[in-house]
Amino acid sequence: MKDMLERLEDRRAEARLGGGEARIAAQHGRGKLTARERIELLLDHGSFEEFDMFVEHRSTDFGMEKSKIPGDGVVTGWGTVNGRTVFVFAKDFTVFGGSLSEAHANKIMKIQDMALRMRAPIVGLFDAGGARIQEGVAALGGYGEVFKRNVIASGVIPQISVIMGPCAGGDVYSPAMTDFIFMVRDRSYMFVTGPEVVRTVTNETVTSEELGGARVHTTKSSVADGAFDNDVEALLQVRRLIDFLPANNLEGVPELPSFDDPGRVDASLDTLVPDNPNKPYDMKELILKIVDEGDFFEIQEAFARNIITGFCRVEGRTVGIVANQPMVLAGVLDSDASRKAARFIRFCDAFNIPIVTFEDVPGFLPGTAQEYGGLIKHGAKLLFAYAEATVPLVTIITRKAFGGAYDVMASKHVGGDVNYAWPTAQIAVMGAKGAVEIIFRADIGDADKIAARTKEYEDRFMSPFVAAERGYIDEVIMPHSTRRRIARALAMLRTKEVERPWKKHDNIPL
Amino acid sequence: MFDKILIANRGEIACRIIKTARRMGIKTVAVYSEADRDALHVEMADEAVPIGPAPAAESYLVIDKIIDACLKTGAQAVHPGYGFLSEREAFAKALAAAGIVFIGPNPHAIAAMGDKIESKKAASAAGVSTVPGYLGVIETPAHAVKIADDIGYPVMIKASAGGGGKGMRIAYSSDEVAEGFARATSEAANSFGDDRVFVEKFITDPRHIEIQVLGDKHGNVIYLGERECSIQRRNQKVIEEAPSPLLDEATRRIMGEQAVALAKAVGYDSAGTVEFVAGQDRSFFFLEMNTRLQVEHPVTEMITGIDLVEEMIRVAAGEKLRLTQADVKLNGWAVESRIYAEDPVRGFLPSTGRLVTYRPPQEGETGGVSVRNDTGVFEGGEISIYYDPMIAKLVTHAPTRSEAIAAQAEALDAFAIEGIRHNIPFLSAIMQNSRWREGALSTGFIAEEFADGFKTIQPEGDVAIRMIAVAAAIDHLQNERKRAISGQMRTPAALAFERDRVVMLAREPHPVRVDDADEGIAVVIDDTILPVVSRWVPGQPVWTGRVGDHSIAVQVRPLPNGFLLSHAGAVSEARVYTRREAELASLMPEKQVADTGKVLLCPMPGLVKAILVKVGQEVKVGEPLCMVEAMKMENVLRAERDGTIAKINAKEGDSLAVDAVIMEFS
Repeated sequence: MKDMLERLEDRRAEARLGGGEARIAAQHGRGKLTARERIELLLDHGSFEEFDMFVEHRSTDFGMEKSKIPGDGVVTGWGTVNGRTVFVFAKDFTVFGGSLSEAHANKIMKIQDMALRMRAPIVGLFDAGGARIQEGVAALGGYGEVFKRNVIASGVIPQISVIMGPCAGGDVYSPAMTDFIFMVRDRSYMFVTGPEVVRTVTNETVTSEELGGARVHTTKSSVADGAFDNDVEALLQVRRLIDFLPANNLEGVPELPSFDDPGRVDASLDTLVPDNPNKPYDMKELILKIVDEGDFFEIQEAFARNIITGFCRVEGRTVGIVANQPMVLAGVLDSDASRKAARFIRFCDAFNIPIVTFEDVPGFLPGTAQEYGGLIKHGAKLLFAYAEATVPLVTIITRKAFGGAYDVMASKHVGGDVNYAWPTAQIAVMGAKGAVEIIFRADIGDADKIAARTKEYEDRFMSPFVAAERGYIDEVIMPHSTRRRIARALAMLRTKEVERPWKKHDNIPL
Repeated sequence: MFDKILIANRGEIACRIIKTARRMGIKTVAVYSEADRDALHVEMADEAVPIGPAPAAESYLVIDKIIDACLKTGAQAVHPGYGFLSEREAFAKALAAAGIVFIGPNPHAIAAMGDKIESKKAASAAGVSTVPGYLGVIETPAHAVKIADDIGYPVMIKASAGGGGKGMRIAYSSDEVAEGFARATSEAANSFGDDRVFVEKFITDPRHIEIQVLGDKHGNVIYLGERECSIQRRNQKVIEEAPSPLLDEATRRIMGEQAVALAKAVGYDSAGTVEFVAGQDRSFFFLEMNTRLQVEHPVTEMITGIDLVEEMIRVAAGEKLRLTQADVKLNGWAVESRIYAEDPVRGFLPSTGRLVTYRPPQEGETGGVSVRNDTGVFEGGEISIYYDPMIAKLVTHAPTRSEAIAAQAEALDAFAIEGIRHNIPFLSAIMQNSRWREGALSTGFIAEEFADGFKTIQPEGDVAIRMIAVAAAIDHLQNERKRAISGQMRTPAALAFERDRVVMLAREPHPVRVDDADEGIAVVIDDTILPVVSRWVPGQPVWTGRVGDHSIAVQVRPLPNGFLLSHAGAVSEARVYTRREAELASLMPEKQVADTGKVLLCPMPGLVKAILVKVGQEVKVGEPLCMVEAMKMENVLRAERDGTIAKINAKEGDSLAVDAVIMEFS
């Protein structure tokens, strides 16, 4: 009996060593942690329950039958993050470079199936060399199975991917279908085809970092939602994100006791919007002063910075924030900003996270680059996302709400539940100058007349009151009381219920 | 007494005067430029009158506009504060002509003390100790050299019309005198439109000590002790205190009596200040007399209990002084720090913008220690480019000097400002400086103690221990809260966190253990048990509480997985890990910080006015590289080390963001 127990311990010890001490040292030498170390950081201390530790591949081609390592390049199992169940798989770069075999894929599928059955989030940690070439189509089949499970779970449980090393070829599509991708700076890259193939096919010379590093994917491609300096920082921040996320699409947002008074008044907000309408101000100051304890987890911080998206809490409950940023491109809506916000809104809606929108938008960005790039369709994504959302929608117009962008940004007309405006709000078809030049085209030569007309237009339309008179704005509020107003609105909206006609699914303009 | 007065000033001094007037039952009128429409002094006053565009020359300095505002509002008197029109004889005269009382000295006294040479003559005649020197007009370099030879070296050459440090030169030999004379003359002509200069003995290791005097219109003058203002940066006062650690009772009395004699000689009839330069041997020499309320007057108020603004208003209204010299008692010690919107780690460049956070420490008295904060700004207000970048004057008063300094250090720690750069880290560093604490001062203090400029201090010793304890306490609080998140698995035991943790402070690991205590928690660091008690909650910018026997304040700013802590002049990132997390974190490579030594970064948003070097050129440390205009000021950026210019990325006329790379070195 004792022998058998000892044998188990031996086999476990062997499995835990993965690709062996030399490879572990090499992994550390690259500034990276091993799969099991990463899981330790992600999960509560001692909470990890590993599955399929002894799984090995069954490939016999190219001498693979002689080369078998328990675990087969991926560590899977479950544990808790601050007491809440989370499923996890972590590619083990020390074992066959973390490459995906049929057996390896089966391990991931098992965890995906369990996460979905248990309605609990799943986190994938990527650091691998793609498909195991020796297995050929069996590996490709494995990918397909993983992809399909990603899709079925999408919108049911949160799926998070952290890219902590190479991630190429077939490996990129599973993360691409999850809700969030985070990367580790200078240590990770993601691309469909690597620099060698790029050089052969297109004659472009490019490094891995230039082709698919964290910088590229967080600023240019928007593939990744955030980047962190190292493995430790990345995993601890994923823990922080999980604290914001519901476990699934039915459970509702998690609640954390808040130290912050929901009635807190902030007088400094009364001076946030400058007197000069052409002067920018930092919308993040408003966000940080409104949310619980100034705690804001930003999503896609470095991409399309003219719109801000992220998670915060109000009265201890998770809220999604969407806000125009006047500091960047005057907060204009362009294709990138529309896509960024639309995707975030759909995540929130799928998981019952209320959305608070802070609006200061001069309109959609004009120009051939935008029109040729499909601004109509991208802008429509944002409009679609807001209009289909059934979660509580609270909108605060701080300054400009011009033209079609007014409608798009969670206006009353597309489904806003509680729409407030600051006294500084300007809700109009366009700015005064442009409007006067169209309405009073005949007077264009007469500067005095134009000035008088402009003043008239400003007095009438450059305020929240025309909209308020029509009930498009529920109330004009004092900036200093914004937090209290939002907290009360969200509390009232907790019981919101919306019935929509049955459909298989909608047809968002992709 | 007046029913209504107008304050011809802005910022903290306008607010400070309004406070006293309100207490005296006098109505107040503020004046404001376009840039000050939402300023605090406008908000505080009973009435406010706009006086024109933002530049002071078009608003606060326009005498007619001030007089119009008085006439419009029926203000019977004007308090000029300091700066602006406070020492303009013409202003006092114009007010008198309009039948409005000037709350300050009579025009004759202003004129008599306004000119450096004239005032020195008057002082000399009144029996005030003056620096050996030549008061007549000096015509030629040769004449200057002869005078210097007579006085003995070193000597100082100074513009007659100058103020602050402008046009001032020190010469150690006759050659230097000849050269300095020529330069000082042309500089004086350029700066002041008056090329007269004078020569006097230069005092080695001088200290700046000034006597506060107070006179009435009935010929009475008293002195209210001294202030020492030796902590100066480029001749601008940074820290002031009263009394001076240098003076003894006898010297104080002699200096006071001489100051009174001078005031009487010129018929001085308000609050004024007689400035002296003092040697380390307590010798002292008249410097100049300021015919106005000084910026640093609060330290005198704290140790005398006298409200100088109230006394100025009373004597201006014709009242006799309520005090005699015998009534003046100095009580305890007061220290004042001037908090400026400037970046101490970037050569004190001015910083302007929105005060995103502005939370001064709690004012008032507890256990014989008082905190007073004279300010003209508020959270959400703006530090404008048009005026003096002073944010506040933080004053502490306690029975002894060391207690007043300790209180000042703590008050600085508790002062939260965000949105703009400020000099609190620098002021805090001075409070920890041993030479300052010993009172071994001279006007060269900052130049000597911070010879290479100011750099952020890393925490050490007790300061580090306290920061570690606070970091552990913050982390503990957050962990305890996470235990309460909804939706946890039903496990037999509630989620427990490890109490053995590692605080990474300044990248050094410090193992700690967090235990429960009767009140608060106990942080165990290397067998030392530190009880930590605080009511701080996440989101507050300042942690206050007790660590061991000390009640302290620590600035807390969130960072990913940690926070930035500042305390007692030290600034450091802090991250709190479990033992295992710390072990794994130690495997992480040090992040490569971009080597800024090889590039010249734009220190603030600005416009490139001139590039002064070419690619391939060798430059020596200190050599000017380029000129950037920002905040309407031209800033010369100099080489920080020897090198060769490899690449120039900016050209004249470029508008650059902060930290934009202007040029690269090879």
